[in-house]
Amino acid sequence: MSVAVATTTGDARPALFRGRARAPSGGPRVDWRLAAPLGLAYLVFFAAPFAILFGISFYADAEQTRLGLDSWIKFYGDLFYLKVVFDTLKLGVFAVVATTILAYPLALVFRAAGPRARQALVLIILTPLLTSVVIRTFAWIVILAREGVVNQSLMALGLTSTPLNLLQTELGLVIALTQIEMPLMLLPLLTLMSRMDQNLVDGSRALGASQARTFFKVILPLTLPGWIAGATLVFASAATAFISQSVIGGARLVYLPALIWQQSTVVYNWPFAAVASLTLLFAVLAGIMVLGLLGRFARTD
Amino acid sequence: MLAKTPAVLPSPQPITLDGVTHGYGTGLAVDTVTLEVRGGELVALLGPSGCGKTTLLRIIAGFIQQREGRVVVGDRVIDALPPNRREIGIVFQNYALFPHMTVAENIAYGLAARGESRTLQDDRVREMLATVRLEGFGDRKPRQLSGGQQQRVALARALAVRPRILLLDEPFAALDKNLRLDMQIEIKRLQRQFALTAIMVTHDQDEAMAIADRIAVMNRGRIEQLGTPVQVYDEPETLFVNAFIGSSNLLSGLIETRESGGYRVRLDAGATWSVASKQRFEPGSPVLVSVRPEQLDLADDPAPDRLPITLSLSLPIGGELIHDARAIDGTALKIATSRRPGAPLSGAGHAHCGLSAHARPSLFPRPASPPETR
Repeated sequence: MSVAVATTTGDARPALFRGRARAPSGGPRVDWRLAAPLGLAYLVFFAAPFAILFGISFYADAEQTRLGLDSWIKFYGDLFYLKVVFDTLKLGVFAVVATTILAYPLALVFRAAGPRARQALVLIILTPLLTSVVIRTFAWIVILAREGVVNQSLMALGLTSTPLNLLQTELGLVIALTQIEMPLMLLPLLTLMSRMDQNLVDGSRALGASQARTFFKVILPLTLPGWIAGATLVFASAATAFISQSVIGGARLVYLPALIWQQSTVVYNWPFAAVASLTLLFAVLAGIMVLGLLGRFARTD
Repeated sequence: MLAKTPAVLPSPQPITLDGVTHGYGTGLAVDTVTLEVRGGELVALLGPSGCGKTTLLRIIAGFIQQREGRVVVGDRVIDALPPNRREIGIVFQNYALFPHMTVAENIAYGLAARGESRTLQDDRVREMLATVRLEGFGDRKPRQLSGGQQQRVALARALAVRPRILLLDEPFAALDKNLRLDMQIEIKRLQRQFALTAIMVTHDQDEAMAIADRIAVMNRGRIEQLGTPVQVYDEPETLFVNAFIGSSNLLSGLIETRESGGYRVRLDAGATWSVASKQRFEPGSPVLVSVRPEQLDLADDPAPDRLPITLSLSLPIGGELIHDARAIDGTALKIATSRRPGAPLSGAGHAHCGLSAHARPSLFPRPASPPETR
C-alpha cells in the first residue's frame, strides 16, 4: 500500500523534496512527509515573520523611511534598556532558583511515596495547569494586594502595623511566578525521580553515606537531566511571562515583553520593538544554552 | 563521623536474628524468624518469591525497621542504627553501581563517605581491583563492563570499606549460566579471604547448595528447615522443603508396622517398603513417602518391594536417563537411571520399580488436602 503510494506520487514530487527517506544514522525508516504540515506552518508563521522582524530592526526611524543601525544603537547605548534586559533575565533566574528550592524536596517525597500517593501528588501538581494563567495571576493580586489575604493575616497577627508592599515588587512577582511555573519544573523532575533505582540509594546508605551525601552524590547528579529540562522551561516562560509581569509588576517594573508591547502598540516604533524582540529571543536562547552546557557537564551515564 | 575502616581484618562476627517479625498491612512477611549465623559462615535464605527472604535481608541491612525482634551482630544490637552505621556490605541483584561514576569512584565511594584520605582511597581501590582481578578497569564506566565484571566491581565496592557482614541479594540471578560457577567460586573465595559472615538470598536451590555452609529454607515468612545442604536434600523435615529442594516422587500409603529405626509402609501403588524415620506414626495412619528419582531402580521381574509401573517416555539428560512412568494407583513417577552409552533408549512398556541400594526415602504424615508443591 505505502509502496504504491510512493511510486505513484514519486515522480510528482518537486525536486526540493526529493531527499533520502532513510535517516543517515541508519535509524528506522520514517516518512519525513509526516513532519511537513507542522514544518510548513513553522515556515509560514515563524520563519517568515522572523525574517521580517529582523529586517524591520534595521530601519533607522519609527516611520521606516531609511535604513540604519540607529535602533540597535539606541537600545544598546542606553543603560535603562540594558537594565531591562538584565532584570528580565534575573527574573528568569529567580524563578528557576525558587522553583528548584521548592521542587526538590517535593520530588524526594514523591520518590518515597507509594503509588496512590504519587497519583494524588501528580493530580495536585497538574490542577493549576487546568486554570488559565490570567486567572491564576489575578488570584495572586487578591492574595498579595495591600488589603489582600497576606497583609490582612499579618496585621491580624500583629506582625506588622502597616500593610506590606507586595504587588508591583520583584518579590511579589517571583512568588507568583514560582507558583505559576512550578508544574513545568516538577513534571520532568518527577519523571526522573520515579525512574531512579531504589537500590542506588540503598547502596549508597549501606556504604556509609549519610542522607545528605546520598542526595548530593547520587540523587542530584542522576536527576540533573530532569532539573535541566524543568529549569529550561521555567526560565523561558518566566522571562517571557507578559501577563504576570504586567499585572503583578504593574508599570513600576519594566521587563522586555512589556517594553516590546509598549513600543509596538503604544509608541508605534516598530524598528525599536523589533530590536527588543530579537534581544529577548536571543537572551532567552542564551540562558537555555547555558543550561544545556550544564547538562553536558552532568555525568549521568 | 563514622569509624574509619580498620587497617587489619576484623575477626568474623556472628549475626543473631531473635524473633524478627515484620508485616506489610495485615499479613506477616517475616514471622518470628530466629536464626544464628556463626562468624565466618555463609548462610543462604532459600525460598520462593514472597517467602519473606528479601524482607529479612532488608531488615538486617537497616532499610526496613522490623515490628518486633532484634538483630544482633557480635554482641551489639544494631536495630537502632541507620543503614550507614551498620558496617554491612551489600551486593544487589542488579549490582546498583553508580552509573555516573567510574569503577574506581564506585569502589572509593564508601571510603570517601568515611572521610578517608585520598592516598588511602587510591591504595584501597588499587588493592580491591587486584583482589577482584580487574586491574586497569578503574577508569571505565559501569556500562562499559560485562555482567560478571559489574558484579566483581559491586563486590569490590562492598568489601573496600572492610564490612563485618556481607549481604548478597540474588547475586547470580542476572548472570549467564556459564559465568555463575565462576562467580560462585569467586564469592566463596572473597568471603573466606575477608573473614566475612555472609547471608545470601536466593530462590535457586542449586546456587544455595553450591556455596552455602548452611541453608535456611523459608516459606510464608518462616524458616521451615535450617541445615547443611546435604541435610536439607537428604533429610527434608517438611513436605514443603521436600518439594522445594530437588525433585522427588510422592507415593501415598499406610503405616503397616513399626520396625527398628523406621516403619514398614504399604504403598497404594502396590508394594511394601521399609522407610527409616525418626517421626512417630501409629500403625494404619496415612503417610506420604518421598523418594528422589535417582534413588529408584527399574527391574523386569515383580517382587513384594517393587511397584508395577507403565513407562511412557525416556529422556536422555546428560549422563542420565529420566523415565516418565505411572503407577497402578495413577501416581506419576520420575525415575533416573544412568545411561549406558550406545544403548538404545528403552521406550514405552511395563516394568517394575523398587528402591535402589542406597535409597533414603522420607516419610511425612499425609495432609488432608493435596500437598503443596512449588
